[in-house]
Amino acid sequence: MNQTRKKEGVRTTGIPSKEELEASPGYPSYEALTRGPIVVIECVQDIPCNPCESICPKGAIRVGNPITRLPVFYPEECDGCGNCIPICPGQAIFRVDINHAEDKATVSFPYEYLPLPKKNDIVQGVNRTGEAVCEAEVLRVQKPRKFAQTTVITVAVPKELAMEVRSIKRLKRME
Amino acid sequence: MGKTEIAVVGGGAAGMTAAIESARAGAQVTIIDENEQPGGQLFKQIHKFFGSGVHRAGTRGVQIGRDLLREAEEAGVQTRLNTVVYGIFPDKRLGLICGDHTEELASEIIILATGANENALSFPGWTLPGVMGAGATQTLININRVLPGRRILMVGAGNVGLIVSYQLLQAGADVIAVIEGLSYIGGYGVHASKIRRAGVPILTGFTVLRAEGKESVERAVIAQVDEKWQPISGSEEVLEVETICLAVGLSPLSELAWMAGCRFSFLPALGGWVPAHDENMQCNLPGIYVAGDLAGIEEASTAMEEGRLAGLAAAESLGYLPPEEGRKRKEELRNRLAALRIGSFGEGRATAKKKLMRAMCEK
Repeated sequence: MNQTRKKEGVRTTGIPSKEELEASPGYPSYEALTRGPIVVIECVQDIPCNPCESICPKGAIRVGNPITRLPVFYPEECDGCGNCIPICPGQAIFRVDINHAEDKATVSFPYEYLPLPKKNDIVQGVNRTGEAVCEAEVLRVQKPRKFAQTTVITVAVPKELAMEVRSIKRLKRME
Repeated sequence: MGKTEIAVVGGGAAGMTAAIESARAGAQVTIIDENEQPGGQLFKQIHKFFGSGVHRAGTRGVQIGRDLLREAEEAGVQTRLNTVVYGIFPDKRLGLICGDHTEELASEIIILATGANENALSFPGWTLPGVMGAGATQTLININRVLPGRRILMVGAGNVGLIVSYQLLQAGADVIAVIEGLSYIGGYGVHASKIRRAGVPILTGFTVLRAEGKESVERAVIAQVDEKWQPISGSEEVLEVETICLAVGLSPLSELAWMAGCRFSFLPALGGWVPAHDENMQCNLPGIYVAGDLAGIEEASTAMEEGRLAGLAAAESLGYLPPEEGRKRKEELRNRLAALRIGSFGEGRATAKKKLMRAMCEK
């Protein structure tokens, strides 16, 4: 389908632009990512919402008042527990471990489709436009009760795609 | 003729919370709902809500619905289901249709929480089976667990269009595209991002020209529009779809409020004609309150806070709350409401709500 795009940005395309992401206080610098697994918050609009702030056991995410403020992320406080990933109603929080292996990073993301992939499956990693950009090995599929039916999936992807891959291609249903 | 102290018309998000607050304060409360189950739209809201802890953010609407049903029962709210309110008559008498007969219910206070209607969009082929409201689609997939079609076109990129598109994907359908007449996506960017990641294109500046098909929808023809919403010739595209979902806004379901004689204001930011009300959610007619989408199209979280406010104010007016406690709790609820109406998505509604309250003072 011919999709003409005059402008970039989340309000026109549905995808936050690089500029919008880098300008948002929840999006960590690449330098911060090199220090260990941390979350990446891709929240760029003033939506009245703050469960990420309440759930963080380390106080690494602060919204404050009013609750339309963008979450401010303090990467040095984050231990990468990922509790904020399933609670975010916008599914806008991810975890990235850039140091997973020499040429691999891991990306964790919320996933609410069936069927779920299984550990060790090789699936397709997709970027923010849904385009398959690499093979991804499923490392973890977490769905404890406290996640309230949002599964958090962790995949290993080529290191250079750590800030591109944000989900996986939906798996075909059995008919 | 039956009697109650507070009659709540509509058992959705606003009506349930209103009834719970009034009943907890000690009032005798009856909810009247035309459906088999109370809960309104909450049970099809399978996504997690926005807001803060007091607004139950991060909790799915369906869970909030279950909790409200339990709270209403514990608070002693009477519920009349499968019952249609067909009219409001002098002295706050409600006319009810209960299956094969009618009844009257006299009440000291009426809280109208009738919700909203989906707007339609007419185009050649719009009466073909397969063209339906996005809200109806959401009921089919999340309540009845039936897919209306495998290949879907969603018309409208407000929150309803975006959320229902996501839920259609969850239900196993393919959303071929979301189109939006405006040049921008009106709903939350995060809802749009979710479906973009799933590979769904969102086409802004597009409208649906016609639906085609023999017995039912087989394809949709869409086209780009100019600034005056006129289709640009040569920009037509054909999409092979079985279902066209319309998510082009909601209008307050206001017949009973009109019949009661409430004063109305026309406020597009709130969905059209809306009954004026004061900061207690009371209309220009003493003893008639409004809450939720009827009082202006907003989110379920706002509807619940408005319901609580109306329920509390109604109970207070019957003397069930000490003035000081009533004042404090209402103030708290107003602050919670205000928190949901700030920022670029809320400001327009906040301004419109102020106008609605000013309209109360006009002669």
